[in-house]
Amino acid sequence: MSAASSSGNVIKKYLPVYFVLLAIFFVEVFLSFQHFATGSLVIILLLLAVCSATLGLLYFMHLAEERRNLLLTLIPVTIFVLLMMNMFWSDSVRLLHMRPGAQ
Amino acid sequence: MSETDVAVHGHGALMEESPYAIPSRKLTMWLFIISDAVTFGAFLFAYGYIRVSAASWERPFESSSVINVIIMTVVLITSSLTMLGAVDASKVGDKAKAMRFLYSTAALGALFAALHLREWFELFGRNITLSSGLFGQTFFTITGLHLLHVISGVIAILVVGSKYSSGSLTPGHVESTGLYWHFVDLVWMFVVPLVYLTNIVH
Repeated sequence: MSAASSSGNVIKKYLPVYFVLLAIFFVEVFLSFQHFATGSLVIILLLLAVCSATLGLLYFMHLAEERRNLLLTLIPVTIFVLLMMNMFWSDSVRLLHMRPGAQ
Repeated sequence: MSETDVAVHGHGALMEESPYAIPSRKLTMWLFIISDAVTFGAFLFAYGYIRVSAASWERPFESSSVINVIIMTVVLITSSLTMLGAVDASKVGDKAKAMRFLYSTAALGALFAALHLREWFELFGRNITLSSGLFGQTFFTITGLHLLHVISGVIAILVVGSKYSSGSLTPGHVESTGLYWHFVDLVWMFVVPLVYLTNIVH
């Protein structure tokens, strides 16, 4: 395979991922004009963003082609840390409203 | 094997195969990306909690801002595609093509930054600033941090590109820069829905 044809192929190879990312983004824009409650809209948009990020990680950042060990080392730990952040962020909202912990 | 043996024979016999089978430079970039993802995660979670719990919240984005953010997003996702081309061309040794793709990526990144600044100045004109309330504080902090990453990425692409072109850096360096650039794109996929799309005027 020549050098020139190879770099042309990689664009063609990832073009479907590119269009799916754009499609997800346009769905997000469409949904943002619908009259959802703020909390519901945030959750729906976050789920779509997670789908986009997964595609970006697996294909644009080639995590799908790397050894499974790399994915298993990096991603679960990151998700765990991000989820654990919710422990003290939710507490900060409680303090904002001056509600005692027991309530 | 004793310490003496190690000193005489080196570490070669003791070294196992890397569990990840990637160069240390790439692994280091991955670790940086993960730590940066957690930083952005902290900002976005904080924003999310404030946004949902605030009794009143400014919604400053009209259709012109939405069109601007659509163009910005298309530009940034397209720049990820050109970066894929640059990494691939550098791997097969086509320097000219890799440089064309790298300069295209840097140009798209600069265009994104310019559009971003245009959005900022438009908000400044409406007295929405870093000190004008919760929306301004969170919006300019999160988008400012992302813009800083974009500008750093553009500079990194230009520096790595010129050094790769002169032969002092390898395709591995281009690949690591590419990983960083894709990460910047990936963060934007969270910033847009949370910071822009939940604040559109209905």
